[in-house]
Amino acid sequence: MTKPSKPAPVPDPETEPYWEGMRRRELLIPRCRSCSARWFPPSTSCPACSGFDYEWAAASGRGEIVTYTVVHRAPGPAFADQTPYVVAIIQLAEGPRLLTNVVECSPDEVSIGMPVEVTFEEITADATVPQFRPLAKGEGG
Amino acid sequence: MEQGNRAAVAGVGWTPVGAYPGRSAYSFMAEAALHAIADAGLTKEQVDGLIVIPSLVQPSIMPAATFIDYVGIRPQRFSAEPGMGGASGCAAIRQAAAMIEGGQATVVLVVAGDAALSGRPAGSVYAGGSQFEAAYGTFAPALYALYAQRHMHEYGTTPEQLAEVSAACRHHASLNPDAQMRDPQTVADVLASPMIAEPLHRLDCCLISDGGCAVVLTSLAQARDSQRPPVLLLGSGECHTHDKIWRAPDYVSSGAVESGRQAFAEAGLAPADIDVAEIYDCFSITPIILLEDLGFCAKGEGGPFVEGGRIRLGGELPINTHGGLLSHGQPGMGGGLFHAVEAIVQVRGDAGPRQVAGAKVALAHGNGGIFASQCTVIVGRDAA
Ligand SMILES: [Zn+2]
Repeated sequence: MTKPSKPAPVPDPETEPYWEGMRRRELLIPRCRSCSARWFPPSTSCPACSGFDYEWAAASGRGEIVTYTVVHRAPGPAFADQTPYVVAIIQLAEGPRLLTNVVECSPDEVSIGMPVEVTFEEITADATVPQFRPLAKGEGG
Repeated sequence: MEQGNRAAVAGVGWTPVGAYPGRSAYSFMAEAALHAIADAGLTKEQVDGLIVIPSLVQPSIMPAATFIDYVGIRPQRFSAEPGMGGASGCAAIRQAAAMIEGGQATVVLVVAGDAALSGRPAGSVYAGGSQFEAAYGTFAPALYALYAQRHMHEYGTTPEQLAEVSAACRHHASLNPDAQMRDPQTVADVLASPMIAEPLHRLDCCLISDGGCAVVLTSLAQARDSQRPPVLLLGSGECHTHDKIWRAPDYVSSGAVESGRQAFAEAGLAPADIDVAEIYDCFSITPIILLEDLGFCAKGEGGPFVEGGRIRLGGELPINTHGGLLSHGQPGMGGGLFHAVEAIVQVRGDAGPRQVAGAKVALAHGNGGIFASQCTVIVGRDAA
Protein backbone atom coordinates (compact mmCIF):
# COMPACT_ATOMS: atom_id res chain seq x y z
CA MET A 1 0.00 0.00 0.00
CA THR A 2 1.37 3.43 -0.89
CA LYS A 3 1.74 6.00 1.79
CA PRO A 4 -1.18 8.44 1.88
CA SER A 5 -0.15 11.92 0.77
CA LYS A 6 -0.68 15.06 2.83
CA PRO A 7 -4.18 16.45 2.38
CA ALA A 8 -4.12 19.07 -0.37
CA PRO A 9 -6.00 22.30 0.30
CA VAL A 10 -9.40 22.59 -1.35
CA PRO A 11 -9.79 26.20 -2.54
CA ASP A 12 -13.14 27.94 -2.72
CA PRO A 13 -14.03 30.77 -5.10
CA GLU A 14 -12.99 33.43 -2.60
CA THR A 15 -9.63 31.86 -1.76
CA GLU A 16 -8.64 30.80 -5.28
CA PRO A 17 -6.41 33.92 -5.76
CA TYR A 18 -4.40 32.89 -2.68
CA TRP A 19 -3.79 29.38 -4.03
CA GLU A 20 -3.09 30.72 -7.49
CA GLY A 21 -0.40 32.92 -5.91
CA MET A 22 0.99 29.86 -4.14
CA ARG A 23 1.44 28.07 -7.46
CA ARG A 24 3.59 31.06 -8.53
CA ARG A 25 5.41 30.91 -5.16
CA GLU A 26 3.91 34.16 -3.96
CA LEU A 27 2.31 34.66 -0.54
CA LEU A 28 -0.68 36.90 -1.28
CA ILE A 29 -2.86 38.26 1.50
CA PRO A 30 -5.71 40.76 1.28
CA ARG A 31 -5.00 44.47 1.74
CA CYS A 32 -7.78 47.01 2.34
CA ARG A 33 -7.74 49.85 -0.17
CA SER A 34 -9.44 52.14 2.38
CA CYS A 35 -7.41 51.63 5.56
CA SER A 36 -4.44 49.48 4.38
CA ALA A 37 -5.22 46.74 6.92
CA ARG A 38 -3.98 43.23 6.08
CA TRP A 39 -5.82 40.08 7.18
CA PHE A 40 -5.83 36.31 6.89
CA PRO A 41 -7.69 34.08 6.14
CA PRO A 42 -9.31 35.90 3.22
CA SER A 43 -12.77 37.40 3.52
CA THR A 44 -14.59 39.86 1.31
CA SER A 45 -14.82 42.68 3.87
CA CYS A 46 -12.07 44.34 5.86
CA PRO A 47 -12.10 43.16 9.51
CA ALA A 48 -10.69 46.56 10.57
CA CYS A 49 -12.90 49.14 8.77
CA SER A 50 -15.63 46.89 7.28
CA GLY A 51 -14.89 48.21 3.79
CA PHE A 52 -15.43 45.96 0.77
CA ASP A 53 -12.64 47.34 -1.41
CA TYR A 54 -9.55 45.15 -1.13
CA GLU A 55 -6.73 43.78 -3.25
CA TRP A 56 -4.46 40.74 -3.13
CA ALA A 57 -0.97 41.96 -2.30
CA ALA A 58 2.26 40.01 -1.85
CA ALA A 59 3.57 39.72 1.69
CA SER A 60 7.28 39.99 2.42
CA GLY A 61 7.26 36.37 3.56
CA ARG A 62 9.19 37.30 6.69
CA GLY A 63 7.92 36.96 10.20
CA GLU A 64 8.62 35.51 13.60
CA ILE A 65 7.48 32.51 15.62
CA VAL A 66 4.78 33.44 18.15
CA THR A 67 4.47 29.93 19.53
CA TYR A 68 5.25 26.39 18.37
CA THR A 69 5.05 22.74 19.32
CA VAL A 70 6.98 19.65 18.32
CA VAL A 71 4.59 16.89 17.30
CA HIS A 72 5.74 13.38 18.23
CA ARG A 73 2.57 11.42 17.49
CA ALA A 74 1.12 12.27 14.10
CA PRO A 75 -2.65 12.59 13.65
CA GLY A 76 -2.68 10.24 10.66
CA PRO A 77 -0.60 8.07 8.33
CA ALA A 78 0.18 10.97 5.98
CA PHE A 79 2.30 12.57 8.70
CA ALA A 80 3.61 9.49 10.54
CA ASP A 81 7.02 9.51 8.85
CA GLN A 82 7.45 13.24 9.41
CA THR A 83 7.73 13.09 13.23
CA PRO A 84 9.10 14.87 15.09
CA TYR A 85 7.88 17.94 13.22
CA VAL A 86 7.18 21.53 14.21
CA VAL A 87 3.75 23.21 14.06
CA ALA A 88 3.96 26.95 14.66
CA ILE A 89 2.06 30.20 14.53
CA ILE A 90 3.96 32.85 12.59
CA GLN A 91 3.32 36.56 12.79
CA LEU A 92 4.10 38.08 9.40
CA ALA A 93 5.93 41.40 9.21
CA GLU A 94 2.69 42.80 7.75
CA GLY A 95 0.77 41.86 10.92
CA PRO A 96 -1.47 38.87 10.17
CA ARG A 97 -0.60 35.47 11.60
CA LEU A 98 -0.84 32.03 10.06
CA LEU A 99 -0.37 28.39 10.99
CA THR A 100 2.49 26.48 9.38
CA ASN A 101 5.32 24.02 9.87
CA VAL A 102 8.87 25.17 10.52
CA VAL A 103 11.12 23.25 8.13
CA GLU A 104 14.76 23.00 7.05
CA CYS A 105 16.02 22.87 10.64
CA SER A 106 16.02 20.52 13.61
CA PRO A 107 13.07 20.97 16.01
CA ASP A 108 15.70 21.61 18.72
CA GLU A 109 16.73 24.83 16.97
CA VAL A 110 13.24 26.33 17.00
CA SER A 111 12.33 28.97 19.59
CA ILE A 112 9.66 31.56 20.29
CA GLY A 113 10.63 34.89 18.71
CA MET A 114 12.81 33.23 16.06
CA PRO A 115 12.82 35.10 12.72
CA VAL A 116 11.61 32.99 9.81
CA GLU A 117 10.92 33.33 6.10
CA VAL A 118 8.49 31.66 3.75
CA THR A 119 9.38 28.75 1.51
CA PHE A 120 7.02 26.67 -0.60
CA GLU A 121 6.05 23.01 -0.55
CA GLU A 122 4.42 21.48 -3.59
CA ILE A 123 1.95 18.93 -2.26
CA THR A 124 0.49 18.02 -5.65
CA ALA A 125 0.98 19.41 -9.13
CA ASP A 126 -1.93 21.78 -8.42
CA ALA A 127 -1.40 22.56 -4.76
CA THR A 128 1.48 24.42 -3.14
CA VAL A 129 1.41 25.51 0.51
CA PRO A 130 3.55 28.00 2.43
CA GLN A 131 6.13 26.62 4.86
CA PHE A 132 8.54 28.63 7.00
CA ARG A 133 12.25 28.16 7.66
CA PRO A 134 14.76 30.01 9.82
CA LEU A 135 15.71 33.32 8.25
CA ALA A 136 19.09 32.95 6.57
CA LYS A 137 21.91 34.43 8.67
CA GLY A 138 22.89 37.95 7.70
CA GLU A 139 19.37 38.69 6.47
CA GLY A 140 18.02 39.99 9.76
CA GLY A 141 14.40 41.09 9.33
CA MET B 1 -36.08 39.49 38.58
CA GLU B 2 -39.63 38.54 39.57
CA GLN B 3 -39.40 35.27 41.46
CA GLY B 4 -42.35 33.97 39.43
CA ASN B 5 -40.43 34.20 36.14
CA ARG B 6 -37.20 32.82 37.44
CA ALA B 7 -35.86 29.59 35.94
CA ALA B 8 -34.27 26.77 37.90
CA VAL B 9 -32.76 23.36 37.32
CA ALA B 10 -35.38 20.77 38.23
CA GLY B 11 -33.64 17.57 37.16
CA VAL B 12 -30.42 16.00 35.94
CA GLY B 13 -29.61 12.62 34.42
CA TRP B 14 -26.64 10.83 32.95
CA THR B 15 -25.30 7.52 31.73
CA PRO B 16 -22.01 5.96 32.78
CA VAL B 17 -19.17 7.10 30.52
CA GLY B 18 -16.67 4.80 28.86
CA ALA B 19 -16.60 2.24 26.05
CA TYR B 20 -20.10 0.96 25.24
CA PRO B 21 -19.98 -0.49 21.72
CA GLY B 22 -23.18 -1.30 19.88
CA ARG B 23 -25.05 1.81 20.96
CA SER B 24 -25.92 4.94 18.98
CA ALA B 25 -25.28 8.50 20.09
CA TYR B 26 -29.02 8.94 20.42
CA SER B 27 -29.35 6.01 22.81
CA PHE B 28 -27.11 7.82 25.30
CA MET B 29 -29.06 11.04 24.83
CA ALA B 30 -32.37 9.24 25.36
CA GLU B 31 -31.25 7.37 28.47
CA ALA B 32 -29.86 10.53 30.06
CA ALA B 33 -32.93 12.58 29.09
CA LEU B 34 -35.41 10.10 30.53
CA HIS B 35 -33.42 9.99 33.80
CA ALA B 36 -33.41 13.81 33.98
CA ILE B 37 -37.15 14.09 33.27
CA ALA B 38 -37.92 11.50 35.95
CA ASP B 39 -35.54 13.22 38.38
CA ALA B 40 -37.54 16.44 37.85
CA GLY B 41 -40.75 14.57 38.66
CA LEU B 42 -42.11 15.29 35.18
CA THR B 43 -43.20 13.27 32.15
CA LYS B 44 -41.69 13.59 28.71
CA GLU B 45 -45.00 14.95 27.40
CA GLN B 46 -44.41 18.07 29.53
CA VAL B 47 -41.19 18.98 27.68
CA ASP B 48 -42.05 21.95 25.45
CA GLY B 49 -38.53 23.18 24.73
CA LEU B 50 -35.54 21.13 23.59
CA ILE B 51 -31.85 21.86 23.15
CA VAL B 52 -29.80 19.05 21.60
CA ILE B 53 -26.02 19.26 21.50
CA PRO B 54 -25.17 17.55 18.21
CA SER B 55 -23.37 14.20 17.93
CA LEU B 56 -19.99 14.16 16.22
CA VAL B 57 -20.21 10.59 14.97
CA GLN B 58 -23.85 10.64 13.86
CA PRO B 59 -24.30 14.10 12.39
CA SER B 60 -27.79 15.16 11.42
CA ILE B 61 -29.01 18.21 9.55
CA MET B 62 -31.63 18.56 12.30
CA PRO B 63 -30.27 16.94 15.47
CA ALA B 64 -33.21 18.02 17.64
CA ALA B 65 -35.68 16.52 15.19
CA THR B 66 -33.68 13.29 15.05
CA PHE B 67 -33.77 13.12 18.86
CA ILE B 68 -37.52 13.83 18.91
CA ASP B 69 -38.24 10.73 16.84
CA TYR B 70 -35.78 8.59 18.79
CA VAL B 71 -37.19 9.29 22.24
CA GLY B 72 -40.81 10.03 21.30
CA ILE B 73 -41.45 13.63 22.31
CA ARG B 74 -43.01 16.59 20.47
CA PRO B 75 -41.87 19.88 22.03
CA GLN B 76 -44.53 22.50 21.31
CA ARG B 77 -42.53 25.68 21.90
CA PHE B 78 -38.92 25.65 20.65
CA SER B 79 -35.76 23.73 19.82
CA ALA B 80 -32.13 24.71 19.32
CA GLU B 81 -28.76 23.12 18.57
CA PRO B 82 -25.82 25.14 19.84
CA GLY B 83 -22.71 24.94 17.67
CA MET B 84 -20.19 26.07 20.26
CA GLY B 85 -18.20 22.86 20.65
CA GLY B 86 -17.24 22.28 24.25
CA ALA B 87 -18.98 25.48 25.36
CA SER B 88 -22.34 24.20 24.08
CA GLY B 89 -23.43 22.54 27.32
CA CYS B 90 -23.09 25.59 29.57
CA ALA B 91 -24.49 27.81 26.80
CA ALA B 92 -27.53 25.54 26.41
CA ILE B 93 -28.37 25.85 30.12
CA ARG B 94 -28.06 29.61 29.83
CA GLN B 95 -30.33 29.66 26.76
CA ALA B 96 -32.88 27.34 28.33
CA ALA B 97 -33.16 29.61 31.36
CA ALA B 98 -33.58 32.67 29.14
CA MET B 99 -36.40 31.01 27.18
CA ILE B 100 -38.24 30.11 30.39
CA GLU B 101 -37.71 33.55 31.91
CA GLY B 102 -38.85 35.15 28.65
CA GLY B 103 -42.07 33.13 28.71
CA GLN B 104 -41.26 31.17 25.55
CA ALA B 105 -41.17 27.72 27.14
CA THR B 106 -42.05 26.11 30.47
CA VAL B 107 -40.06 22.86 30.58
CA VAL B 108 -36.79 22.78 28.65
CA LEU B 109 -34.73 19.62 28.20
CA VAL B 110 -31.01 20.09 27.48
CA VAL B 111 -29.40 16.86 26.27
CA ALA B 112 -26.01 15.73 25.01
CA GLY B 113 -24.64 12.32 24.16
CA ASP B 114 -22.35 10.61 21.73
CA ALA B 115 -20.75 7.32 20.77
CA ALA B 116 -17.50 9.19 20.22
CA LEU B 117 -15.32 6.23 21.24
CA SER B 118 -17.09 3.18 19.82
CA GLY B 119 -18.94 4.86 16.97
CA ARG B 120 -16.11 6.58 15.15
CA PRO B 121 -14.62 5.09 12.00
CA ALA B 122 -11.56 2.95 12.79
CA GLY B 123 -8.32 4.92 12.89
CA SER B 124 -10.00 8.29 12.45
CA VAL B 125 -9.00 11.34 14.43
CA TYR B 126 -10.68 14.67 14.88
CA ALA B 127 -8.06 16.72 13.03
CA GLY B 128 -8.12 20.34 11.96
CA GLY B 129 -9.42 20.38 8.43
CA SER B 130 -9.66 23.86 6.93
CA GLN B 131 -7.83 24.56 3.66
CA PHE B 132 -5.27 26.63 5.57
CA GLU B 133 -4.50 23.91 8.15
CA ALA B 134 -4.88 20.50 6.54
CA ALA B 135 -1.35 20.25 5.12
CA TYR B 136 0.47 20.81 8.41
CA GLY B 137 -0.35 17.71 10.46
CA THR B 138 -2.24 19.58 13.14
CA PHE B 139 -4.84 18.18 15.49
CA ALA B 140 -6.33 19.27 18.78
CA PRO B 141 -3.37 18.25 21.01
CA ALA B 142 -0.93 20.24 18.81
CA LEU B 143 -3.18 23.30 18.79
CA TYR B 144 -3.57 23.32 22.59
CA ALA B 145 0.16 22.67 22.88
CA LEU B 146 0.68 26.02 21.11
CA TYR B 147 -1.04 27.71 24.06
CA ALA B 148 0.83 25.60 26.61
CA GLN B 149 4.23 26.44 25.08
CA ARG B 150 3.50 30.16 25.04
CA HIS B 151 2.19 30.06 28.63
CA MET B 152 5.34 28.25 29.75
CA HIS B 153 7.47 30.77 27.84
CA GLU B 154 5.81 33.83 29.38
CA TYR B 155 5.15 32.60 32.92
CA GLY B 156 7.41 29.64 33.62
CA THR B 157 4.57 27.15 33.90
CA THR B 158 6.04 23.64 34.28
CA PRO B 159 5.21 20.17 32.91
CA GLU B 160 4.72 19.06 36.53
CA GLN B 161 2.04 21.72 37.05
CA LEU B 162 0.27 20.60 33.88
CA ALA B 163 0.48 16.99 35.05
CA GLU B 164 -1.04 17.86 38.44
CA VAL B 165 -4.24 18.94 36.65
CA SER B 166 -4.51 15.46 35.12
CA ALA B 167 -3.57 13.72 38.36
CA ALA B 168 -6.16 15.70 40.35
CA CYS B 169 -8.87 14.83 37.83
CA ARG B 170 -7.90 11.15 38.04
CA HIS B 171 -8.07 11.26 41.83
CA HIS B 172 -11.62 12.62 41.61
CA ALA B 173 -12.60 10.08 38.92
CA SER B 174 -11.38 7.30 41.23
CA LEU B 175 -14.25 8.33 43.54
CA ASN B 176 -16.85 8.35 40.73
CA PRO B 177 -18.26 4.92 39.80
CA ASP B 178 -19.54 6.32 36.47
CA ALA B 179 -16.14 7.60 35.28
CA GLN B 180 -14.19 6.00 32.44
CA MET B 181 -10.68 5.96 33.96
CA ARG B 182 -10.52 5.25 37.69
CA ASP B 183 -7.08 3.72 38.33
CA PRO B 184 -4.83 5.98 40.41
CA GLN B 185 -2.42 8.15 38.46
CA THR B 186 0.41 10.32 39.71
CA VAL B 187 2.17 13.35 38.31
CA ALA B 188 5.09 11.02 37.48
CA ASP B 189 2.74 8.73 35.55
CA VAL B 190 1.58 11.66 33.42
CA LEU B 191 5.14 12.75 32.72
CA ALA B 192 6.15 9.17 31.82
CA SER B 193 3.33 8.77 29.29
CA PRO B 194 4.26 9.18 25.62
CA MET B 195 4.82 12.70 24.33
CA ILE B 196 2.10 13.72 21.84
CA ALA B 197 2.87 17.38 21.09
CA GLU B 198 5.32 19.19 23.35
CA PRO B 199 4.67 19.80 26.22
CA LEU B 200 1.53 17.63 26.23
CA HIS B 201 1.89 13.93 27.07
CA ARG B 202 -0.80 11.39 26.35
CA LEU B 203 -2.16 11.75 29.90
CA ASP B 204 -2.33 15.55 29.50
CA CYS B 205 -4.99 14.87 26.83
CA CYS B 206 -8.64 14.10 27.52
CA LEU B 207 -10.39 10.84 26.80
CA ILE B 208 -12.74 9.95 23.95
CA SER B 209 -15.89 8.35 25.30
CA ASP B 210 -19.39 7.01 24.86
CA GLY B 211 -22.08 8.42 27.14
CA GLY B 212 -24.55 11.20 27.70
CA CYS B 213 -26.14 13.58 30.18
CA ALA B 214 -29.16 15.87 30.42
CA VAL B 215 -30.60 18.74 32.42
CA VAL B 216 -34.24 19.80 32.80
CA LEU B 217 -35.06 23.43 33.57
CA THR B 218 -38.47 24.80 34.60
CA SER B 219 -39.75 27.86 36.40
CA LEU B 220 -38.48 28.09 39.96
CA ALA B 221 -42.06 27.76 41.19
CA GLN B 222 -42.52 24.50 39.29
CA ALA B 223 -39.12 23.22 40.40
CA ARG B 224 -40.09 23.84 44.03
CA ASP B 225 -43.06 21.49 43.57
CA SER B 226 -40.78 18.60 42.64
CA GLN B 227 -39.30 16.09 45.08
CA ARG B 228 -35.78 17.32 44.43
CA PRO B 229 -34.18 20.60 45.59
CA PRO B 230 -34.19 23.24 42.83
CA VAL B 231 -30.84 24.65 41.75
CA LEU B 232 -30.68 28.30 40.74
CA LEU B 233 -28.75 29.75 37.83
CA LEU B 234 -27.19 32.68 39.69
CA GLY B 235 -25.24 34.18 36.84
CA SER B 236 -23.87 33.42 33.40
CA GLY B 237 -21.82 34.92 30.60
CA GLU B 238 -20.41 34.23 27.15
CA CYS B 239 -17.65 35.54 24.95
CA HIS B 240 -16.52 34.61 21.45
CA THR B 241 -13.14 35.73 20.12
CA HIS B 242 -12.13 33.71 17.04
CA ASP B 243 -12.38 30.50 15.07
CA LYS B 244 -8.95 29.94 13.48
CA ILE B 245 -6.25 29.68 16.12
CA TRP B 246 -4.10 32.26 14.35
CA ARG B 247 -6.90 34.81 14.79
CA ALA B 248 -6.87 34.41 18.61
CA PRO B 249 -6.11 37.62 20.52
CA ASP B 250 -3.13 35.90 22.19
CA TYR B 251 -1.96 32.44 23.34
CA VAL B 252 -2.12 32.82 27.12
CA SER B 253 -5.72 33.90 27.76
CA SER B 254 -9.27 33.58 26.47
CA GLY B 255 -12.72 35.15 26.36
CA ALA B 256 -13.32 33.54 29.77
CA VAL B 257 -12.08 36.85 31.20
CA GLU B 258 -15.26 38.41 29.82
CA SER B 259 -17.67 35.47 30.28
CA GLY B 260 -16.54 35.14 33.89
CA ARG B 261 -16.84 38.87 34.53
CA GLN B 262 -20.44 38.78 33.27
CA ALA B 263 -21.33 35.70 35.34
CA PHE B 264 -19.85 37.01 38.60
CA ALA B 265 -21.45 40.45 38.09
CA GLU B 266 -24.89 38.95 37.48
CA ALA B 267 -24.53 36.67 40.51
CA GLY B 268 -23.17 39.45 42.71
CA LEU B 269 -20.36 37.07 43.68
CA ALA B 270 -16.58 36.91 43.50
CA PRO B 271 -14.26 33.96 42.79
CA ALA B 272 -13.68 33.55 46.55
CA ASP B 273 -17.40 32.71 46.93
CA ILE B 274 -17.15 29.62 44.71
CA ASP B 275 -17.07 26.34 46.65
CA VAL B 276 -16.31 24.05 43.70
CA ALA B 277 -15.47 24.72 40.04
CA GLU B 278 -16.05 22.40 37.07
CA ILE B 279 -13.76 23.78 34.40
CA TYR B 280 -13.40 22.53 30.83
CA ASP B 281 -10.31 20.35 30.66
CA CYS B 282 -9.80 19.02 27.15
CA PHE B 283 -6.06 19.28 27.91
CA SER B 284 -4.21 19.92 31.16
CA ILE B 285 -3.28 23.45 30.06
CA THR B 286 -6.93 24.42 29.61
CA PRO B 287 -7.97 24.75 33.28
CA ILE B 288 -4.70 26.53 34.12
CA ILE B 289 -5.47 29.32 31.65
CA LEU B 290 -9.19 29.36 32.49
CA LEU B 291 -8.59 29.55 36.28
CA GLU B 292 -6.56 32.70 35.63
CA ASP B 293 -9.11 34.16 33.21
CA LEU B 294 -11.99 33.51 35.61
CA GLY B 295 -10.14 35.41 38.35
CA PHE B 296 -9.27 32.57 40.72
CA CYS B 297 -5.65 33.73 40.47
CA ALA B 298 -3.70 36.38 38.60
CA LYS B 299 -2.65 35.92 34.95
CA GLY B 300 0.41 33.71 34.86
CA GLU B 301 -0.15 32.18 38.30
CA GLY B 302 -2.29 29.26 37.16
CA GLY B 303 0.64 26.86 37.36
CA PRO B 304 1.52 27.55 41.00
CA PHE B 305 -2.24 27.76 41.78
CA VAL B 306 -2.88 24.10 40.91
CA GLU B 307 -0.01 22.89 43.12
CA GLY B 308 -0.13 21.67 46.70
CA GLY B 309 -3.52 19.98 46.49
CA ARG B 310 -5.40 23.26 46.06
CA ILE B 311 -7.60 21.91 43.22
CA ARG B 312 -8.18 18.50 44.84
CA LEU B 313 -11.03 17.51 47.14
CA GLY B 314 -10.24 19.05 50.52
CA GLY B 315 -8.28 21.86 48.87
CA GLU B 316 -9.15 25.52 48.60
CA LEU B 317 -10.89 25.13 45.22
CA PRO B 318 -11.63 21.55 44.14
CA ILE B 319 -12.08 21.39 40.36
CA ASN B 320 -13.60 18.75 38.11
CA THR B 321 -14.86 16.65 40.99
CA HIS B 322 -16.43 14.12 38.58
CA GLY B 323 -13.03 13.57 36.97
CA GLY B 324 -13.41 16.00 34.08
CA LEU B 325 -12.81 15.26 30.42
CA LEU B 326 -9.35 14.04 31.42
CA SER B 327 -10.58 11.07 33.48
CA HIS B 328 -14.38 11.00 33.67
CA GLY B 329 -14.57 11.19 29.88
CA GLN B 330 -15.48 13.21 26.83
CA PRO B 331 -18.51 11.90 24.95
CA GLY B 332 -18.13 14.30 22.02
CA MET B 333 -19.28 17.88 22.26
CA GLY B 334 -21.56 16.88 25.11
CA GLY B 335 -18.54 16.53 27.39
CA GLY B 336 -18.97 20.13 28.47
CA LEU B 337 -22.52 19.52 29.71
CA PHE B 338 -21.13 17.05 32.25
CA HIS B 339 -19.27 19.93 33.93
CA ALA B 340 -22.59 21.71 34.43
CA VAL B 341 -24.28 18.50 35.63
CA GLU B 342 -21.51 17.97 38.18
CA ALA B 343 -21.87 21.56 39.43
CA ILE B 344 -25.59 20.92 39.95
CA VAL B 345 -24.97 17.56 41.67
CA GLN B 346 -22.46 19.23 44.01
CA VAL B 347 -24.78 22.03 45.16
CA ARG B 348 -27.55 19.48 45.67
CA GLY B 349 -25.17 17.60 47.97
CA ASP B 350 -25.60 14.40 45.94
CA ALA B 351 -21.97 13.70 44.98
CA GLY B 352 -21.32 10.91 47.50
CA PRO B 353 -17.65 10.17 48.16
CA ARG B 354 -16.58 13.08 45.93
CA GLN B 355 -18.90 15.62 47.60
CA VAL B 356 -17.34 18.98 48.50
CA ALA B 357 -18.57 19.42 52.07
CA GLY B 358 -21.17 22.17 52.39
CA ALA B 359 -20.95 23.25 48.72
CA LYS B 360 -23.53 25.97 48.15
CA VAL B 361 -22.22 27.75 45.03
CA ALA B 362 -20.55 26.07 42.06
CA LEU B 363 -19.13 27.39 38.82
CA ALA B 364 -19.13 25.50 35.52
CA HIS B 365 -17.18 26.70 32.52
CA GLY B 366 -17.25 25.44 28.94
CA ASN B 367 -14.64 26.12 26.26
CA GLY B 368 -15.26 25.53 22.56
CA GLY B 369 -12.76 25.29 19.72
CA ILE B 370 -9.22 26.31 20.56
CA PHE B 371 -10.06 28.73 23.39
CA ALA B 372 -12.53 30.25 20.89
CA SER B 373 -15.98 30.24 22.54
CA GLN B 374 -16.40 30.61 26.28
CA CYS B 375 -19.43 30.19 28.54
CA THR B 376 -19.52 30.47 32.32
CA VAL B 377 -22.45 29.53 34.55
CA ILE B 378 -22.71 29.88 38.33
CA VAL B 379 -25.30 27.75 40.12
CA GLY B 380 -26.43 27.73 43.73
CA ARG B 381 -28.84 26.26 46.22
CA ASP B 382 -32.36 27.65 46.39
CA ALA B 383 -32.35 29.78 49.53
CA ALA B 384 -36.18 29.75 49.93
ZN1 LIG C 1 -10.08 48.58 6.03
